[in-house]
Amino acid sequence: MIRARGLEKRYGDRRILRGVEFDLTRGGLLVVTGPNGSGKTTLLRLCVGLATPTAGELAVEVERTRVGFLAHEPLLYRQLTALENLDLYGRLYRIPERRERIGMLLERFGLWDERHTRAASYSRGMLQRLALCRTLLHEPDLLVLDEPFSSLDDEGAALLDRELAERRDRAAFVVATHDPDRVLPLATAKLALG
Amino acid sequence: MTYLADVGALARKDLTLELRARDTLPAMLLFVLSILVVFHFVLPPESSDLAAKGLLWVGILFTALLGLTRAFAAEREDDAIDGLILATRDRSAIWLGKALAVFVFLALAELVALPAFALFFTDIGGGTIAGVVLADVGLCAVGTLLAAMATASRARELLLPLIFLPLAIPIVVGGVGASVGSHPATYAGFLALYDAIFALLAWASFDYVLTE
Repeated sequence: MIRARGLEKRYGDRRILRGVEFDLTRGGLLVVTGPNGSGKTTLLRLCVGLATPTAGELAVEVERTRVGFLAHEPLLYRQLTALENLDLYGRLYRIPERRERIGMLLERFGLWDERHTRAASYSRGMLQRLALCRTLLHEPDLLVLDEPFSSLDDEGAALLDRELAERRDRAAFVVATHDPDRVLPLATAKLALG
Repeated sequence: MTYLADVGALARKDLTLELRARDTLPAMLLFVLSILVVFHFVLPPESSDLAAKGLLWVGILFTALLGLTRAFAAEREDDAIDGLILATRDRSAIWLGKALAVFVFLALAELVALPAFALFFTDIGGGTIAGVVLADVGLCAVGTLLAAMATASRARELLLPLIFLPLAIPIVVGGVGASVGSHPATYAGFLALYDAIFALLAWASFDYVLTE
């Protein structure tokens, strides 16, 4: 699903990534670790196609619209409600039975009662839950998650554990985290940067 | 049809955001009315109607620029543009949806500005109205593309006017010609040609603009 060979990324004179190599197939989970500034987020952006490598080979055999990306920022509109945000993405992803799927995700992530509340009023943890709903909305084949457990309380983190385990056979995962122990039981490969 | 559905969803999102935040349209309205009042006092009483119509185009141009400066503000917040890039099958839908929303805001501002202009200065004819509509299409098509380019820059507020105004000069030429020229239809045709060419260029190049 993803094949990286001699991957390099530079911004001007600054080299962010050098010689990164890995393979990821369906059902695989790559854990990416490293200190701040080691290039974890850059690698994730390369994997989802939001950045292009400076050198090396990166083959991602997944359509862009089949990728689910959980970034540092929620990639949502603060002035829209949870329902409106997910409805917009549901339309763009052309999800059949969109309303049912959105309702199911909001219910599962404990946001149903706040579905008509604007995202601007959400706490950081609620925003992360809503961002997870957006990420999982279209049942992606490739899930790229940047610090997915950040801001989540114990219940939210357990929920995410369950979601990852449930999707294990249907998708491939790239997870960047400072807390690798949390996903190591599911991991098939580990990449340490920096 | 699915492409148009994407465009509709994106434009509707922008209109909803504006209804909630009300941070672009009121500013455009206030700006265009303020600038007309300033022009009213700047122009000597014996000035011709032709000069006044020239100033109308200055007002329209800078009101459009004000709206374009805010065009991608919601996408900058929380990096929502990345979400749209990943979700849309054809990224040009983002451009078209945004250009439509900016067109609506500009048209609403002009719905107030044109009667105000008639009140302060002189009557507006069919040539001017046709010129304004055609100019709006060009301003929004080119401006939305350039606003997306400028959004990626830290100096976006400086960059946008610098790249937008030179490309808007033909629109001003066509608009003023349609308003006061002896052959308004020729200038309207020129504006329509500009709109077609630059809308096509913007549509085709938007994907490239969004690529890192």
